[in-house]
Amino acid sequence: MANNDNHNAYWRANVRLMLVLLAIWFTVSFGFGIIAVDWLNQFQFFGFKFGFWWAQQGSIYVFVILVFVYTAKMKKIDRQHGVSDDEEG
Amino acid sequence: MDAQTLTYIFVFLSFSLYIGIAVWSRAGSTSEFYVAGGGVHPIANGMATAADWMSAASFISMAGIIAFMGYDGTVYLMGWTGGYVILALLLAPYLRKFGEFTVPDFIGTRYYSGTARIVAVVCLIAISFTYIAGQMRGVGIVFSQFLNIPITWGVIVGMAVVFMYAVLGGMKGITYTQVAQYCVLIFAYLVPAIFISILITGVPIPQLGLGATVLDGSGLSVLDKLDATLVDLGFAPYTDGSKSTIDVFAITMALMIGTAGLPHVIVRFFTVPKVSDARLSAGYALLFIALLYTTAPAVGAFARLNFVDTVHNTAYTEVDGWFKSWEDIGLIAWEDKNADGKIQYHPGTPFEGKPTFDDSRRADGSRVVTNAPTANTNEVYVDRDIMVLANPEIAALPAWVIALVAAGGLAAALSTAAGLLLVISTSVSHDLIKKTFARGLSDKKELLAARIAAAVAIVIAGYFGIYPFGFVAQVVAFAFGLAAASLFPALLLGIFDKRMNNTGAIAGMVSGLVFTLAYIAFFKFWSPELNTAEHWWFGISPEGIGMIGAAINFAVAFVVSRSTQAVPEDVLGLIENIRIPKGVDEPHLH
Repeated sequence: MANNDNHNAYWRANVRLMLVLLAIWFTVSFGFGIIAVDWLNQFQFFGFKFGFWWAQQGSIYVFVILVFVYTAKMKKIDRQHGVSDDEEG
Repeated sequence: MDAQTLTYIFVFLSFSLYIGIAVWSRAGSTSEFYVAGGGVHPIANGMATAADWMSAASFISMAGIIAFMGYDGTVYLMGWTGGYVILALLLAPYLRKFGEFTVPDFIGTRYYSGTARIVAVVCLIAISFTYIAGQMRGVGIVFSQFLNIPITWGVIVGMAVVFMYAVLGGMKGITYTQVAQYCVLIFAYLVPAIFISILITGVPIPQLGLGATVLDGSGLSVLDKLDATLVDLGFAPYTDGSKSTIDVFAITMALMIGTAGLPHVIVRFFTVPKVSDARLSAGYALLFIALLYTTAPAVGAFARLNFVDTVHNTAYTEVDGWFKSWEDIGLIAWEDKNADGKIQYHPGTPFEGKPTFDDSRRADGSRVVTNAPTANTNEVYVDRDIMVLANPEIAALPAWVIALVAAGGLAAALSTAAGLLLVISTSVSHDLIKKTFARGLSDKKELLAARIAAAVAIVIAGYFGIYPFGFVAQVVAFAFGLAAASLFPALLLGIFDKRMNNTGAIAGMVSGLVFTLAYIAFFKFWSPELNTAEHWWFGISPEGIGMIGAAINFAVAFVVSRSTQAVPEDVLGLIENIRIPKGVDEPHLH
């Protein structure tokens, strides 16, 4: 059952990466943009109140980066475990 | 040339382009009709997804809502982008690997149950029709304001165009039309935003202009000036919200997971060749969407600033033409409460309800409002949906920019309408007819059924466009609540919980859907007078209740699945298979 072990290891690596990225996703949006917005608003950032900037600008930039990071890292993890869809036509 | 002639030209050119693409990319098989044959490039699919996604609500309504809600508008900005992170990480790659045609396909197969498939079809149709009604109203508004065509005829022209490329081209036609529509709509959104940003701050990038210093010599930044101006008039500061933190949290969450559960978005990821392409494509889609969504808050803030500047304390006889032309179609109204001949803009509604007019005019030419005036000092009613469309006129931009915005608004509404029509028609022809009632149906007959279903759906959608039932964005918000509470949990558990069985998933979907529908219906239709924070459960408004609906769905599904029989072996094999990218098939033909 070496194949199954490999698949399980692959799945664990995938879930670990996913949880890290989702933690960042939650922190920038619900954390900075909503829960901590009033506290962050005491700081100025390029003419914005900092909390307001996270809510209406910063969180969206981070979302985009997160998805591209996920895509790149998953490609690597796919290859490491030999489950990549690369070599197929 | 005047704005109206230019608008006719722009709209005609863009419509010809869409129809040309539709004829060129006519679908010949169900695989092409349902998922464009599974051969769309990730970047093209990213653009198509962005156009599919950004509807009349995003293009026409959102910046206007932000303009009037300030910080509270955040729920839409984060909610409608953050959902793509969930979609990319939790759903899209696995559903692509599954490799079927529709969302109910996945639910029906994963939960080995015809009942689950039917429940998913019902959720899908409820969601998609709620959503499409908003699009058709958007089409109607654009036609009536810019082309002086009655809303009814505007909707009919829109229906005819969508009919051409959705019914002929199916997913293949829709995909390549949406790529063109994305280019039109993003150009149409960015050009006026850049113009206005330069006019107000001298900074050509709206995202930075929003934080830059206003060029009026006050030395204040845009947001500080807006805060100060609004506080002067009696409003709350722009950068502070009036919604409670829990409500903002709930609405944002409901919109995010609702986004991830929307069938017309999910099926876009069935059209790319590989699992890794589905991930990449989600990244491009979000990038293309973020371009508009990070511009929208700037557009909103600039629009509010310009609106106050040009309207407040201006004599009606001297106010700009746009004020009067929107007043003519009833989306702006003015009641001169203090009889000084000037327009005063303050918080509160100027009179009870939406404005109704009799046919007479006052001596200064303004329309007579028949509503009973309220006691406050605000004299202006303005429909929030008009801000993006009126913005170029308010800022006195050249006529071609105004025409461009009209074409962009139509591109946004039509592209989303087409995507929604497609999922409605495929779920009828594929899930209801082929997989439920007429199992032996040939590919050719199934294709015909899909085309007929699309045609019928267009007519129903057009009816809702002519007889709308609410604000564009408000109606659309309900679709998200329903998607969040019904489809999203079933899809997520189907991939990540190997022990989730048919009974659990069905019980979860039904309870989530029924709870959310009941909560929304109670506060919006049954007793709208109780629709205030003190009556809401946990202080969560109907817009945000999808979050609780989803939690109920998860909880019910978990408990029921753990107390009923185990998942069969072959389904466990299916789950193992979709978790691995290798060995992806073209979408099946069976």
